[in-house]
Amino acid sequence: MKRRELLLGGPAGLFMPALTARAGAGGEVLEALPGKRALIRRAFRPPNFETPLAGLVPEFTPNDLFFVRYHLAGIPEVDARTWRLSVGGTSAAHPLSLSLRDLHENFTTVELAAVNQCSGNRRGLFTPRVPGVQWGNGAMGNARWRGVRLKDVLERAGIVPGALEVWYRGADHAVLPATPDFQKSLPLARALDESTLIAWEMNGRALPHLNGAPARLVVPGWTGTYWMKHLTELRLEPKPLENFWMKAAYRLPAAAFPGDQFPSQQTPDSKPITEILVNSLITAPLPGARLRRGHAATLSGKAWDNGAGIVGVAVSTDGGAQWRDARLGRDLGRFAWREFSLPLDTSRPGPLEAWVRARSRDGTAQPDRLTFNPSGYHDNIVQKVRVTIV
Amino acid sequence: MKHAVAGLIPCLLALTGTGVALGTASPGEPVVPLKDGAGRAVTAGLCAVCHSLEYIPANAPAMDRAGWQKTVQKMRERFGAPIDEAQARAIVDYLAANYADKR
Repeated sequence: MKRRELLLGGPAGLFMPALTARAGAGGEVLEALPGKRALIRRAFRPPNFETPLAGLVPEFTPNDLFFVRYHLAGIPEVDARTWRLSVGGTSAAHPLSLSLRDLHENFTTVELAAVNQCSGNRRGLFTPRVPGVQWGNGAMGNARWRGVRLKDVLERAGIVPGALEVWYRGADHAVLPATPDFQKSLPLARALDESTLIAWEMNGRALPHLNGAPARLVVPGWTGTYWMKHLTELRLEPKPLENFWMKAAYRLPAAAFPGDQFPSQQTPDSKPITEILVNSLITAPLPGARLRRGHAATLSGKAWDNGAGIVGVAVSTDGGAQWRDARLGRDLGRFAWREFSLPLDTSRPGPLEAWVRARSRDGTAQPDRLTFNPSGYHDNIVQKVRVTIV
Repeated sequence: MKHAVAGLIPCLLALTGTGVALGTASPGEPVVPLKDGAGRAVTAGLCAVCHSLEYIPANAPAMDRAGWQKTVQKMRERFGAPIDEAQARAIVDYLAANYADKR
């Protein structure tokens, strides 16, 4: 495979011309990576950049505002014309090597809308603070993903009885040979779910380089750690993948949270993070906003879950005594987020705090309090915004 | 499959007496002025082999000495960072003295 290496740490200087760093409203540094508009820089190398709140307002998050998250700093620019996807493993009867054209021409193309949310989204808001990339609210986005079903590709390779997991990796790599490659796995059942895709397009355009071009995995309802970028290899295997990224990272205390099971990766003490929990984000008004008394003002935002579907978003402006349901926006699909809005009563001057609690069709709702876990995952507590009416 | 690795070769700006090779500051990488203190050079040099240095101040609010100990151990044992024991001690001492703001 011949490809141009874009090493963030490399000598090519490809990042130089596009760099425009400036201070954002919250003291954060905003910086435009190649192909992107200004994002909040959490780390430069490997690049971890999140979407500013304004970028989370549209129904679909623009590609050039979509968050960027890498574990390892070797990030090759893969040539879509020569890219091959290897499909094999111990439990594959007919190993394949597929080009992008093979995927286009020999499989059914499908499209779905889904939230891609990093497992560690909001880690920087955790109390007590925990180590890791200190994300705010923007390590997430909602997009239309177009590609083929992973199921169709795996079935073409012949799934041998006894297959347990699908192991997969991408073209990005570590700086040091001794660093474990970012390889992940899915339980076979999740890999065969009709919603799990190998996607080459988001929002009607080719995937941006920094979002996994030429093709990536899309695992709707599950957190971003499973959405492998720059996908190069799929393996059907009869045993659990044992590496740092499965056995040590991206794990939760065994009994702490709801969510799909991943039996082959569970221990008595811990389990891998799997599904996104029901959650919401207030996009307006902004924290600390001064709203004019008697003028119309609307509370609005997004609510999402694991794909069960949002059934309601309740709002309280009296500290949780009374709740009113917000109006839900159009349904973009069960894995997408759902817009909500509710007019605010601005008739009385003074401070106003609005609380938002989303409810899922699966019976769960956003909790009042954070469940601590050492990696800072699953911050889905009731969202609050404090403003002043003047 | 060919990977260009030129950028991975640590700049051989060996620090006098320590033999520490400075890490790879990449083009456009923000300069992160780490606080003055014993162990700053070895910390900056070795941590920057794999990642930019803003990971250090960004994580300070979540860190105490034990946290840094665990992190440096992870970098050595899990990620294969070429840090020997004496260097690890110096790095942990430096980070614990300057970037351990956990309360």
